[in-house]
Amino acid sequence: MMNTPATQSLDARGLNCPLPILRTKKALSALSTGDTLAIISTDPGSVKDMQSFCTQTGNELVSTNANQGEFVFLVRKS
Amino acid sequence: MGATEIIIPSNLELSKLDQWFDQRFESKMAEREAAHTPSLAIIATKGTLDWAYPPFILASTASALGWDVSVFFTFYGLELLKKDLHLEVSPLGNPSMPMKMPFGPQWLKDINWKIPNVVMAGIPGFEKMATGLMHQTVKNSGVASIQELRSICIEADVKLVACQMTVELFGHSREDFIPEIKDWIGAATFLPVAQKSDVCLFI
Repeated sequence: MMNTPATQSLDARGLNCPLPILRTKKALSALSTGDTLAIISTDPGSVKDMQSFCTQTGNELVSTNANQGEFVFLVRKS
Repeated sequence: MGATEIIIPSNLELSKLDQWFDQRFESKMAEREAAHTPSLAIIATKGTLDWAYPPFILASTASALGWDVSVFFTFYGLELLKKDLHLEVSPLGNPSMPMKMPFGPQWLKDINWKIPNVVMAGIPGFEKMATGLMHQTVKNSGVASIQELRSICIEADVKLVACQMTVELFGHSREDFIPEIKDWIGAATFLPVAQKSDVCLFI
């Protein structure tokens, strides 16, 4: 799916607001500090929402990549 | 409380004291803000399928952001807390609601059916049909169901509270509601919660 190996990945394709964020939150809660989560989504709104989610929750948004209508986020749990 | 008397040495430069205070105040405020958990209070008053979304979307998202969330369900909003959800949507008298087919070829899906109110009102079962179409549209768009959003809220410890007066007014029975309701309260109990919250919304 991507070059950076993530601790875990989450497929949120086809899901709409606010599900990508809610699923991300759930997946992160199962991880430990420093672990990374790769999220793939098709909801264009998730780009801004993921930034805001990470700012609010203190998790690090390592990268955002858009590719042919799909968005890949890498989040490191704080 | 008696005022504390502060003795200012005569050789102190007041401008320095002002400067020190400003810095200290800024850092204290930043500290306090960092330690503060934001809170959201929602008053949910609508019981139709379309209006069921805003309170549950906002509550579940706020909880994902780590906020403390309380939702007070009153009047028709109580329908959203029933064990069996039978929420319906009415396009009647709602000119902003697009009426589009959620299936069929694209040209058919693109048509926004402008149906006169008098026709909608006259066809038996029109709301059932509109509700069915909305369920299908929701599914096609990958939007969560109300049940799903409500479960997420419950899992995330969103405080769901119900209006006691409405139960009596509409003759509801408490057994019809989900057991996860935290409390049955009145306006006087919820308003202080709303007062202390950072964001308060009436939906």
